[in-house]
Amino acid sequence: MSQLKTVVHNRKPAPLLIRRLEKMLSNVWRDRVGYLFIAPFLICFAVFILLPVLMAGLLSVTSFNGFSFPTFIGFNNYISLVTQDFVFMKYALPNTFKFALLVGPGGYLLSFFFAWMITRLPKQVRDVYTLAFYTPSLAGGVALAVVWVAAFSGDKVGYVNSLLLRLGIIDSPQLWLANPKYLMTIMIIVSLWTSFSVGFLAMLAGLQTVNPELYEAGRIDGIKNSLQEVFYITVPSMKPQMLFSAVMTIVGTLKAGAISTQLTGAVITPSYAGHLFINHIDDYAFIRFELGYASSLCVVLLIISYAVMKLCYHLFAPKGDE
Amino acid sequence: MRRRMRRLSLSSVLLIAGLTGLALFMLIPIVYIFNHAFKPLDEMFLFPPRILVQEPTIVNFEKLFFATSGDVVPFTRYLFNSIIIAVITIFCVITVSSMAGYAIAKLRFGLKGLIMGLIYISLMFAAETVSIPRYLIISGLGINDTYFAHILPFLASPVAVFLMMAFIGQIPNDLIEAAKLDGASEVAIFNRIVMPLAAPAVATIAILTFQGVWGDVEASTLYVQDEALKNIAYYVQTLVSGAQNNVAGQGLMAAASLLMFLPNLIIFLVFQKRVMQTMLHSGVK
Repeated sequence: MSQLKTVVHNRKPAPLLIRRLEKMLSNVWRDRVGYLFIAPFLICFAVFILLPVLMAGLLSVTSFNGFSFPTFIGFNNYISLVTQDFVFMKYALPNTFKFALLVGPGGYLLSFFFAWMITRLPKQVRDVYTLAFYTPSLAGGVALAVVWVAAFSGDKVGYVNSLLLRLGIIDSPQLWLANPKYLMTIMIIVSLWTSFSVGFLAMLAGLQTVNPELYEAGRIDGIKNSLQEVFYITVPSMKPQMLFSAVMTIVGTLKAGAISTQLTGAVITPSYAGHLFINHIDDYAFIRFELGYASSLCVVLLIISYAVMKLCYHLFAPKGDE
Repeated sequence: MRRRMRRLSLSSVLLIAGLTGLALFMLIPIVYIFNHAFKPLDEMFLFPPRILVQEPTIVNFEKLFFATSGDVVPFTRYLFNSIIIAVITIFCVITVSSMAGYAIAKLRFGLKGLIMGLIYISLMFAAETVSIPRYLIISGLGINDTYFAHILPFLASPVAVFLMMAFIGQIPNDLIEAAKLDGASEVAIFNRIVMPLAAPAVATIAILTFQGVWGDVEASTLYVQDEALKNIAYYVQTLVSGAQNNVAGQGLMAAASLLMFLPNLIIFLVFQKRVMQTMLHSGVK
């Protein structure tokens, strides 16, 4: 290595580009251990995350049916998304908005609330309660779909029907999952049930890191009730966990879109009642094989979720002094 | 101490009562999964329906394991696939992510800032959003209809790297420096010092990966056409979507869903303490 350098220095100074390249390579060589350690992950990351995202971007400006080579059509996909996609504008977008708003922030607040309550319990029993709230999300979508299908089954043997009939709230069995009026509500309830996941655990852990002396100090400074305590002390001291949990909630909400398919057994729900963004993508991608158009939907979804994440970072970013 | 006890007593009794009620409510589906799997067929269609089983039987499991052996693909094959896939995936994710986590937390290299930025952004990445290009890549690599189609996509796990990175980050540098002075190689440091200390984080990403891969239906629906290479989650899903008009399938479905859920529960119970330890360092700063 050193030999090589002296040779270079004895000659006329090499062009800037070559010198830069050389410096870069020698840096890479110096940091080779780091690069070797990160390489396996980086390769997988490039192949299964970075490349798919870039490809989605490229495919989104083409017309592609999965068999013949994609043809470039400019921004036509995006234009028809805004101007012509009736189902998207009338069902997918409002449904997604409603679903995401209730399941995302709703699930997030519930997670925080229960995590906060659990940390007020005596230490010995905390784990039991943590487990009780975490278990539904542990069971995961598919195993729980079995439960929901049985609970909301349309005949009078269904658990919800039987309970409501006995209580006299309804007088004939309702077709919960086939009725557009109820499907969305059921999807939201069911998703909230499983919203106590990794983010919930992170919040529980974060709550334990809050320095108890701060509460004492807060009391002296005139904090009167628990609500003020949560807002002025608890949340600010566990911002990093709140942020991690928020990001996990975004992922969870994105993934939760599959619930309508699991409940009804079809990608397209009755009169589009449970039609979410993800279902719309699946519809165009794997039923109609308009992969170019589906990709433009993916790109829009990625951009939206990225924007939401940025918003969360903004909300929970540590303030100056930290 | 005593004053504290007295001050908390009334409110904490109310709190415990309320939380217990809520916790029990949350657990209804779980109780259902356990009970339903052991119900004989006539109890499943009892009116009014009961959640708790009256006369438990293991006939559903017998059917699942023996009666399906005549099918094109028996249940045991799906189970075997899932186990193989889960074991290999967990092992590989741990290796790949802890190496990357160590590199980012403790080693020096030029692109670190860029890579960390990418990881932070992709924490919110949900594979569902790019299933089309992933499908094209997997068929481009020629690994559809192999176990690799199940395994490889999981190796790119930003959350796992993030958790490893955060956890390894708080291992004191002095320890690593001391080992270096003793002449230990980077590989030896990683294997003998970093990995044992990062055990809680390893357990955590093992659990998270297991949950993901065990319940994954994407690979089986999109990337793998060969029925003999699909996993148990896919099998359960086909049972669920055909359940409404299939009376005999009810028992199979109940038993299979319990078998899907149990490993998740057992693994989490074993590692719960370590998961919470890892989560202490999970903050995004």
